[in-house]
Amino acid sequence: MNLKYLLLAPFLLGASFLFSQGSISGNAESTFQYLNEDLVIGANQPPSKGLINSYMNVFYTNRNFKAGMRLESYLPRIQGYPNRFDGTGIGMRYVGYANDFVDVTLGSFYEQFGSGLALRTYEDRALGYDNLLDGARVIVKPRKGVVLKGVYGYQRLSFQSGRMVHGDGIVRGVDGEIHLNETFDKLSNSKLDIVLGASFVSKYQRDDNSTLILPENVGAYGGRFQLMYKDFTLDGEYIQKEQDPSNDNNNIYNYGHASVFNLSYTKKGIGILFSAKSVDNMSYRSDRTKDLQDVFINYLPALNKTHTYNLVATLYPYATQPVGEVAYQMDFLYTFKRKSKIGGKYGTTIGANFSTTYQPKMDISGINPADSNGITYTSKPFVMSDSLYWQDINFNITKKFSKKFSAILSYYNIKINNDVAKISNDAQGIINAHIGVVEVLYKIASKHAIRAEIQGLFVKPQSNGDINDKGDWFTALVEYTVSPHYFFSFMNQYNYGNPDAAKRVNYPIITCGYIKEATRFTVSYGRQRAGLFCVGGVCRFVPANNGLTLSFTQSF
Amino acid sequence: MKITFTLLFSLFVGCLFAQETETSQKKIPSVILKDMKGESINTAEMGFEGPVVISFWATWCSPCKKELNTIHDLYPDWQDETGVTLVAVSIDDEKTKRQVAIYANGKAWDYKVLMDPNGDFKRAMGVNNVPHTFLIDNEGNIVYSHNNYAPGDEEELYEEILKLGTK
Repeated sequence: MNLKYLLLAPFLLGASFLFSQGSISGNAESTFQYLNEDLVIGANQPPSKGLINSYMNVFYTNRNFKAGMRLESYLPRIQGYPNRFDGTGIGMRYVGYANDFVDVTLGSFYEQFGSGLALRTYEDRALGYDNLLDGARVIVKPRKGVVLKGVYGYQRLSFQSGRMVHGDGIVRGVDGEIHLNETFDKLSNSKLDIVLGASFVSKYQRDDNSTLILPENVGAYGGRFQLMYKDFTLDGEYIQKEQDPSNDNNNIYNYGHASVFNLSYTKKGIGILFSAKSVDNMSYRSDRTKDLQDVFINYLPALNKTHTYNLVATLYPYATQPVGEVAYQMDFLYTFKRKSKIGGKYGTTIGANFSTTYQPKMDISGINPADSNGITYTSKPFVMSDSLYWQDINFNITKKFSKKFSAILSYYNIKINNDVAKISNDAQGIINAHIGVVEVLYKIASKHAIRAEIQGLFVKPQSNGDINDKGDWFTALVEYTVSPHYFFSFMNQYNYGNPDAAKRVNYPIITCGYIKEATRFTVSYGRQRAGLFCVGGVCRFVPANNGLTLSFTQSF
Repeated sequence: MKITFTLLFSLFVGCLFAQETETSQKKIPSVILKDMKGESINTAEMGFEGPVVISFWATWCSPCKKELNTIHDLYPDWQDETGVTLVAVSIDDEKTKRQVAIYANGKAWDYKVLMDPNGDFKRAMGVNNVPHTFLIDNEGNIVYSHNNYAPGDEEELYEEILKLGTK
């Protein structure tokens, strides 16, 4: 045997020893559906009858080295998922090296600059949303409190025949942030805490349009700040986007802009927040021909509360109009102290939230439509028209009456402009809905509890007296839990107010679950109504279905 | 052939050997997050004495809030008896991130609250959905985790904390 190889043997022994010293973490998830045909609710049976989505993430770290991947499988995809997900294969993978000074990644990565108005890549598996960047990223921390980032890559558009498919355009960007109080010793004891940041993002896509001269490189850039003084926090970001004619904006050559400001005051027992947001022509995708949720480079969150109760969360949710909107929000929470008159023995919490969104004012004075510059209007941040897109006023009271019994009372009034933020094919103009929810929790024994929800949704009739959208709804839910392993729940939604008597149907569904530490199995059977499923203001439409759903999740 | 065999064999032995000697369990991955005061925190070096509970939650997750509000009532006793620290990691993104401090302070929580707006720590910890609660011992090993909340689950968690010893 060659000496060289003999020398190599102990080296490999050492290397493999090192390798197995690292740590592995990750998770797995699988969702299976068996669907029946149910013509009453418009649910179809897919040709394969059974549908299954599966994922597994495996992350490996060893000292400064890291690597990871996600395998995905759609055989075929479950209902409501993007229609170009199929096959089994690697949907995300990377290798990297990180120490206290530098962090470098090659392959797929998720990144966010500031509040995401210029760049945010993220994954939400429940939505089927994944706009990761595939390329290279470097993060440098040259001194305490300073972070510099550089990214370069193609975005993930879809997953076909078990392979990741990239978007058409390339994305690159740099971002810098400084926390002055960490960087400069002089400021370390200052009562005023200051963070400043700036980003520059650019995309390149070839101009393959024969009639228009399209900008091939489109930049988006701006700055941000955060100031903290005692119990007050003020933060804001402003991003401007260069001319970016696209399908979203009907190929206009206007500049786009987005800004967001938040002011909050919080102290033990109280919190108040005011937010303001202005967006105009800010759809920013790495492929100008795409729509829906495809290859967004930036993130424009809706400025409203994310609701949790079934009817209010899934019937009339609102997502940002990237073409333009001006929005405001106020959020308030107060806890009456224990042993006070209103607080009772355990304290009582009241919450209030108000949000509203309008169309921005698009000024066409001084614009000559015959002009060939492609600028169709002018707009200024926070200048709005009187066209309402969205309004939400809601209140809730949470009270624990005894060791065993607690209750939450909630009221919501939602107005959504169905002509702009299209939510239903049955509705006209502004849908105005009042929703009331009572939730009670009763602990029968130390590990046994029963929870119930009663929800009613009442839609204001149209001006001509006709019922708007699908009319009124009623939902009841009962859940029985046995800690730490089991739960059983039954929910029924009843659309008793539907203008079409044949559509006044019940949507019953029963769900059981078994949980053992980081393993979770659930089985549900029943009807699910068609609706928008939203996470963080990004929504996907899920068609009505009737059948069996099995799901399994595991963390390791 | 011989060479390949030697190489493979040494790799295999190396792995076996390493498996034999490996006593450490899963550790907390290193991710830089910010707390409610904007201070950067490395999740692998949080520097608490005693056991740590990491609870992933969101302002829009009712069972998460039930879990953390239930533990809130028990927390002074838990801390006195075991010296435990609870770290509540919010996975709220930019849409609801500002409501985290409103809720956590409005509820007068005494927890360390960290922000994970782009899900970096959530991904690294292998969290599928919230609530997901982890218990970390004094050496930084993850010794228990639970992916759900039902009333009474806090009792099992506390039994696990007690297994790590009292103060």
